[in-house]
Amino acid sequence: MPRVTYISAKGDVREIDVAVGTTVMSAALKNGIDGIVAECGGVCMCSTCHVFVDEKFYDRLPPANDTEEAVLEIAAVERQATSRLSCQIKVTEELDGLIVRLPEKQR
Amino acid sequence: MSAGTVIVGTGQAGFQTAASLRAESYAEPITLIGEERQIPYQRPPLSKGFALGQQDFESVELRPEKFYQDHRINLITGSRVTAIDRAARGVKLESGKKFSYEKLVIAVGSRNRKLALKGANLDGIAYLRSVQEAAVIRDRLKNANAVVVIGGGFIGLELAAVARTMGKSVRVVEALPRLMSRAVPPMISEFFRQVHVGKGIQVICNATVSAIEGSDGSARSVVLSDGSRCGADLIIVGVGVVPNVELAQGAGLPVGNGIAIDEYLQTGDENIFAIGDCAEFPCTFAGARIRLESVQNAADQAQCVAATIAGRRSAYKALPWFWTDQFEVKLQMAGISHGHDRTVTRGSAESGKLSIFYFKGERLIAIDSINRPLDHMMGRKLMSAHLPLTREQAADESFDLKHLAHAVGAAHH
Repeated sequence: MPRVTYISAKGDVREIDVAVGTTVMSAALKNGIDGIVAECGGVCMCSTCHVFVDEKFYDRLPPANDTEEAVLEIAAVERQATSRLSCQIKVTEELDGLIVRLPEKQR
Repeated sequence: MSAGTVIVGTGQAGFQTAASLRAESYAEPITLIGEERQIPYQRPPLSKGFALGQQDFESVELRPEKFYQDHRINLITGSRVTAIDRAARGVKLESGKKFSYEKLVIAVGSRNRKLALKGANLDGIAYLRSVQEAAVIRDRLKNANAVVVIGGGFIGLELAAVARTMGKSVRVVEALPRLMSRAVPPMISEFFRQVHVGKGIQVICNATVSAIEGSDGSARSVVLSDGSRCGADLIIVGVGVVPNVELAQGAGLPVGNGIAIDEYLQTGDENIFAIGDCAEFPCTFAGARIRLESVQNAADQAQCVAATIAGRRSAYKALPWFWTDQFEVKLQMAGISHGHDRTVTRGSAESGKLSIFYFKGERLIAIDSINRPLDHMMGRKLMSAHLPLTREQAADESFDLKHLAHAVGAAHH
């Protein structure tokens, strides 16, 4: 299974094996990573699963659609160049080793 | 040790209160008690992906079971709270068991309004609120051929779209002249009517159901007041909800169109709060006391009440927002459009991308967006910050809402 590394705003590192097809958001919830809130359940209505994707992986992701782009504009911590909503990132074999950093707040 | 907080209701509001209390570093005991047998789950997918069979229970759980242990939340499912003893600060369960509280949060939601007419108890008439009811609809849809949806509101239309997507013959019967009329203006009702008709759904407005006829105990057709009949092997009813006020009423707490609370989400008792679908609160954005049935309202009120209980007394002032997905069309709503006197439109119904900006006098009070997500998100930002947008700016497509909204971001830093 591809491995995803979550780094909290405080610097805590968690490595999780994620089944292909699962989103980075739902894997975080299942594994008790509190820095992801996912209030709307993954339908691009809130920004509470915002993550900063490691630069090495950012270009490997399919680009964000207009809806996700719009939501990133309301993120509680201002979006950066590699910001994504983790509910929109589906894990694939090619993403093995993916690193995401969590913002210090989601609301 | 303090008795801590007891939360009644395991829906989105109850769950979020417990989660937010821990996020606020609240250290006292938390007891989360609900009638439903399942651990807390999301309702929005039930009328969409879950009904289609694309999502299972695990994917709609708000958090896995372990979350509650990890956060020292005493989750008690399948138990109904029958009474509140305000003098003793305790709640009583149906089983007779009692729990003391220091603070009590009532988040008991609402229940479906039921049809009261001949044939209403026949088999094959489905309602949707719980995951069990959603599973019944999902399973019955597999073998159904003709589906009649009674009620052209959000739930009815979302389920009509699901049934049609599965290839069923679908009719929607709505008593009022247009769809979703309680929540959206005529232009949007008409847009959605065309979407549904375009997909092959028969939409019948201005039609009252007078009876349901059946044979061998099963519903077979819906009889309209003009005497016409719609044959059906599955009838789905979505005709609104009733707030669950009885628990509060029984404890002598004031009740209006919901459990009456103030801007601190407090009931008539300083130790008892009410939030979510069951509560009627003073809404700055509506300029009135209202009751909302939405994830946003449940989650934001939960967060607010958790802050207050944890010692950061907070007035509730979140902007209401809402969404519905019907076929591939997403309607996003921000603010409360009720009471508007003028509208400005960006985009067009023909292009399938449209936002309506609602003004009351000079003030922007709401935006409804169809496939124009940036208008919605920027509108949320602007209205939350009470930042003015003029009608001229709203009408001018070249006026960049993002630019204006970013001024808010800067002001907050």
